[in-house]
Amino acid sequence: MSARPGPGGETREATRRRFLLALGTGLAGLGALLLAAPLLGPLISSAWRASGRRKWVSVAPVDAFPRGQTRLASYRNPFTVPWDGETGEIACWVRRRDDGSFQVFSVHCTHLGCPVRWFAGSGLFLCPCHGGVFYADGRRAAGPPPRGLYRYEHRVRDGALQVRGGHVPSLAEPL
Amino acid sequence: VSWPGRAALAAAGRWLEERLGVWSAVVELARHPIPRGSASWFTVLGSATLTCFAVLLASGVCLALLYVPSARDAWHSLEQLTYDVPLGWLLRSVHYWASNFMVAVLTLHALQVFLFGAYKYPRELTWVVGVFLLLATLANAFSGQVLRFDQDAYWGIGIGVAITGRVPGIGRELVHLLLGGPIVGGRTLSRFFALHVFLVPGAIALLVALHLRLVLRLGVSEPPVAGCPVDPARERERYARRLRREGIPFFPYAFWRDLMASALVLLAILACAALLGPKGPGAAPDPTQVDTVPRPDFYFLPVFSLLALLPPWLETPIVLVGPVLGVLALLAVPFVAGRGERHPARRPVAVLAVVAGFTALGVLAGVGASAPWSPHMQAWSRDPTPAADLRGRTPLELQGALLVQAKQCRNCHALGGVGGLRGPALDGVATRLTRDQLVRQVLQGGGNMPAYGKQLRPAEVTALVAFLRTLGATGEGARPPDAAEASPHAARD
Repeated sequence: MSARPGPGGETREATRRRFLLALGTGLAGLGALLLAAPLLGPLISSAWRASGRRKWVSVAPVDAFPRGQTRLASYRNPFTVPWDGETGEIACWVRRRDDGSFQVFSVHCTHLGCPVRWFAGSGLFLCPCHGGVFYADGRRAAGPPPRGLYRYEHRVRDGALQVRGGHVPSLAEPL
Repeated sequence: VSWPGRAALAAAGRWLEERLGVWSAVVELARHPIPRGSASWFTVLGSATLTCFAVLLASGVCLALLYVPSARDAWHSLEQLTYDVPLGWLLRSVHYWASNFMVAVLTLHALQVFLFGAYKYPRELTWVVGVFLLLATLANAFSGQVLRFDQDAYWGIGIGVAITGRVPGIGRELVHLLLGGPIVGGRTLSRFFALHVFLVPGAIALLVALHLRLVLRLGVSEPPVAGCPVDPARERERYARRLRREGIPFFPYAFWRDLMASALVLLAILACAALLGPKGPGAAPDPTQVDTVPRPDFYFLPVFSLLALLPPWLETPIVLVGPVLGVLALLAVPFVAGRGERHPARRPVAVLAVVAGFTALGVLAGVGASAPWSPHMQAWSRDPTPAADLRGRTPLELQGALLVQAKQCRNCHALGGVGGLRGPALDGVATRLTRDQLVRQVLQGGGNMPAYGKQLRPAEVTALVAFLRTLGATGEGARPPDAAEASPHAARD
């Protein structure tokens, strides 16, 4: 305020004060910007670090899955931290066809992510939340889901069924 | 009245007041004038909401001292707090019920302000801050559910993931930002804990301060009078004149009602907490335990219902854009209707909007509580077949009755009023569908029913349809006449 131009233009003192005020504002702003990196970096890094990471992980020996049946199995998430506790255990539905080949589905309903349940009698996966229904091969059968069940990439190594897991599936990032 | 040390205490008080100046500020605040008519039971809802917030802060701090915000331990720490720590259950219960009351009383407060037109000039900003307070309160209601960290909480976050994953373009990044990692786990809980105990309560406290500052600065609105519209050019002057003529100090003329309402709310919270107890925690958050039926707390039931009932093609736009539009509409209220009549009798559109809005919320919540769209997961093995549907049936038909159970038809179709409601009840199905239609419906599905062609052998289809053909209109033994086989008016589902 006191840095307004006087009758004969700005005094030297006023110019200096204005300069120092601008310099101080600039330095404080720079400091705040620099501070933002360590403050926000760790918080938002998960947005890109956790995306697209996958790893082969063993589910169970192949013999644990009888032909012609669909069974619930689980694996430990490969990118888990110790304090995840039991939430690091991820469930999946393993279907072994009569010819011995596999299909592995996420338990997450593709509508809103509730856990689907397998009903052998009707050969359907039913979702308890909004009534999504899927056929034995994961195709959408009825209800609000926009697509079939999420399917894991899988392979058999050393007599064990392995899936490529790492993240919770969503429409934006299926398995 | 004199007692030992009184003079010294008074001197200490004066010493402090000379430096702090708090007492004079409090007195000035308490004595601020309000219009006589504003001292009514209608205007106590804001104070009552603030009381709920105070209870939540106090109980929340105590809970934070006992809770372990780690995915591995959170559920166990709550179990221990509920069943082992003396009065731990009551602490959890008070926090839970205070949050229910806060959502309810805040809603009533907003409703009263809306219906009285109290948001009109010059109190537009008070309303805007109030909308953000409502949002912050709902945000903490949801994050509080997450901290319970049981099955419902775990799958509740899963629903958040599924909705976030629908954001076009950056859905994947947003999901991992929400979770703090690749899965719902320890890093997710830390995130929601910090939101719930630091960020959102801090925001609420700041917003409350701003809200109260606005109330003090702009005055408490008077009860609306039909035929006295708000005119921004004259409103401030009119209010000042009113205060001069018939202003009364807030304390004690209005304050006693606020105090009474706050006390009643506090007692009601304690009564509910003691009599009804805390919610959960439910089963442990074990992702491999898929035999679970996730349900949200009651204030999110309308959303839960909406997500079941919307046509799929409308779902993503409505879920993603709807909340934004809803908030914008609330924020726009005082700018669209910032002047004119305040009395509800002269604002039919506003009243209709309230009636329609709350009817919709109520109906959706009611439907959400029973969730008829969800299959009954245990109906096939648990619900008895009505005896009347079995009496006098042939072995083939009885075989069909068994198949209705064994093939889980019952999970979606009721018999004798028991069973799932996802599909139509099977009672009287023979009067609606011919034999051929039944066979086709079973094999090919359609009308939101899966096809069972691959799951049933031809002999099973024959038995199943034979049984369904016995389910006539009058129930007991009402085998439809053969003529009905070719009935052209039989309804298709």
